[in-house]
Amino acid sequence: MGKLYKILKYFFITFWAVFVVAPFLWALTTSFKDFNSVNGGATYIPWVDFEPKLEGWRVLIKSPANGGVDIIEPYFNSLFVTCTASLISIILGTLSAYALSRFTFKAGFVKNNDITFFFISQRIMPPIVLSIPFFLFLGAINLLDSLIGLIVVYIVLLMPIAVWIMVDFFNKVPREIDETALIDGCNPYQAFFKVVLPNSIPGLIVAGMFCIIFGWIDFFFAFILTFTEVQLLPVKIVALNSSITPWWSLSASALISVAPLIIVAFVVERYLSKGNLSGAIK
Amino acid sequence: MNLVAENLSYKPDEQFHLNEVSFDFKKGNIYTILGRTLSGKTTLLKTIAGLLTPDTGAMQFEDKDFLKVPVWERNIAMVYQQFINYPHLNVFENVAFPLKQRKVDDQVIADEVTKSLKSVGLEGYENRKIQELSGGQQQRVSLARSLVKNAKILLLDEPLVNLDYKLREQLREEFKNIFSQGLSEDSIVIFSTTDPREAMEINGEVIVLDEGKVLQVGQAKEIFENPKTLKVAEISNDPPMNILKAIIQENKIIFEEIKVNLPSHLSSLKEKSFNLGIRASDIELSDSGFEFEVELAEISGSETLLHLKRGNARIIISIEEVLNFNIHDRVKINFNANKVYAFNEDGVLASSPFGGSYV
Repeated sequence: MGKLYKILKYFFITFWAVFVVAPFLWALTTSFKDFNSVNGGATYIPWVDFEPKLEGWRVLIKSPANGGVDIIEPYFNSLFVTCTASLISIILGTLSAYALSRFTFKAGFVKNNDITFFFISQRIMPPIVLSIPFFLFLGAINLLDSLIGLIVVYIVLLMPIAVWIMVDFFNKVPREIDETALIDGCNPYQAFFKVVLPNSIPGLIVAGMFCIIFGWIDFFFAFILTFTEVQLLPVKIVALNSSITPWWSLSASALISVAPLIIVAFVVERYLSKGNLSGAIK
Repeated sequence: MNLVAENLSYKPDEQFHLNEVSFDFKKGNIYTILGRTLSGKTTLLKTIAGLLTPDTGAMQFEDKDFLKVPVWERNIAMVYQQFINYPHLNVFENVAFPLKQRKVDDQVIADEVTKSLKSVGLEGYENRKIQELSGGQQQRVSLARSLVKNAKILLLDEPLVNLDYKLREQLREEFKNIFSQGLSEDSIVIFSTTDPREAMEINGEVIVLDEGKVLQVGQAKEIFENPKTLKVAEISNDPPMNILKAIIQENKIIFEEIKVNLPSHLSSLKEKSFNLGIRASDIELSDSGFEFEVELAEISGSETLLHLKRGNARIIISIEEVLNFNIHDRVKINFNANKVYAFNEDGVLASSPFGGSYV
C-alpha cells in the first residue's frame, strides 16, 4: 500500500512537472532555432536534433528599421514602472498597514477594519470599471501616455496588495514587542524603524513579490493608458505578429519577459525559508 | 517621592478594567498584585508603564504628574508573561538595547550587559540567537534586559506563568535572590501573579485585585490570616478556600446534617446563619468523620486533591500523600474547627482563627 502510494505520488508529481515545464522548454528550444529547424518537425535537443542559432535573440535588440522588434525600450519601461510603483506602494502600504494594525481610528461608523477593506476593495471590482476613470483622470492631469502616469495608476493598483499583506503581517507581530521598545526608551518612530521593521522583512518580501508580479504582468491598463510615446513590455509582446515576427523571436521575447519573475521567485524562496519571526513570542 | 495613584479608572468597554484603584508604593519595596486572570493586573501594570492612559484618576512619581510623562521617558522596566525579546537581535544586543537607546558609552554597555547576564545565569550566551534559547532562557534574557536599565520602577507581569514547573521553581528562587541583593533602595518592584503561593513566598505587601477593584491591601501574612472578604479568601488560597452555608445552633455549627462543636473564636458570633470558610488543608481523612462522596481525585506533585460532595455541599480537601481514589468512592472526613473562618451573609469576614474581623 505504502509503496503503491509512493509510486503514484511520484508519477503525478513528474507528470505535473513535465506539464508545467514543457511549454518553457518548447519556447527555449524554439528561440534558438532558425527557419529550417522550426519547420523541420518536432526537435528538442540542441546540437543533436538541430543546430542552435542566436538569430531569434538578435532580432529582439535590432531596430525595426533593420527588421528587428526593438524590445529593449519597452523592457526597461516595464522594469522602471514596475519597480518604482512597487517601491512606493511598499513604503506607503507598510506605513498605513502599521497604523491600521496598531492604532484605533474612528470616524463615525468607519473603523480600522472598514478602512482596511476600503483599500482591499480596490482590487475586488473588475479592472475595466476603473479604466474610464483612470483614463479621464490621467487625461485631466496630462499624464496619459507617460511613465509617470503609469506609475501613478500602478501605485493605486499595487498599494492595496501591500496594505493587505502587511496589515495581516503586523497583526501577527506581537504588540508587546512595540511596547517593550517604548519601555526601553524608543519613541514610536524609533520603535517602528528599529524594532518592528527589522522583524518584518519576510512580510516586506512577500508584499514586494506580489507587487512586482502584478505590476509586471499587467496588460490591461498599460494597453489603455498608453498610445505611441510609451510602451510597456506586455503590450509590445502582444503587438508582435507571427506573420511578421518569426516564431523564434516570439519565443525569445516570451522567455525574457518571464525572466524577472523567475529571479523574484528564487530570491523570495531563499528569504522565506529563513523564517525570522519565531522567537519573538512563544 | 513615592509612586502614588489616586482613583485610577479605566473602562474601555462595558466592564471596568480598573475601578478606582489607589495605591502608595514606596521605594525599596516589593509589591505583589494578586488576582485571577482578567482581574486587571496587566491593565494596572500597563497603566503604571504608561502604555495605557486611564480615563480618570491621577498618578504621581517623584513629584511629577506621571500620567503626562510618555512611556519612553518614564525609566521603567517591564517583563511580560510571554517571553518578549527582539527576535532580530542576539542575546547581547537584546540586553544592550535599552542602554544603546540611552546612548551609553560602548565600554559601559559591555560591562553592564555582562553583569546583567551573569545575574540571570546566562553568561556565555551573548552571541546566541533568541530563537535558539529555551522558554526559560528567553524569559531570563528579558529579565536581564529589564535589570540592566537600573529602572526606578520594575514591573513583572506574571513572569513565571508560561514556564514549566521546574523552571518556575528555579526562576522563582533567582527572583528572590535578585530582589534581595540586586535591588537598589531607589527602586520599586511590582510583581503580578495569579498564584497565592507566589505572593506568600515573595512576602512583600500584597494588593488583592478583582474585576479592576482593590479588595484588600496588606502584608502577605495578614492577607493569608485575615482575608477581608469571601472573594479575597478565594483568590488568596490555592485550592480556593471551601465556602459552606452554615448555621449556629446550641453551640454547634450545622451544615448538611453535620454538626461540629463551636470553636471559641466563633462563640461571639451574633448571626445565626453565616458562610463558613475552611482551607483544603484543614480538612483531614478520619474514620470517625462525616461521609462524603468523591467527585474527582487529582494527584498534584506529592499531594492528592479530593473534590467531595455531600448534598448541596461541595468541598476540596488536600492530603499530603499520594492516594488512589475512584469516583463515587465514599470517604470520611473531619473538619478542624479551630481553623474555621466565618464570613457574614454579605461575605465580610466576621471572625478568623487569627482573631481578625471586619464586621
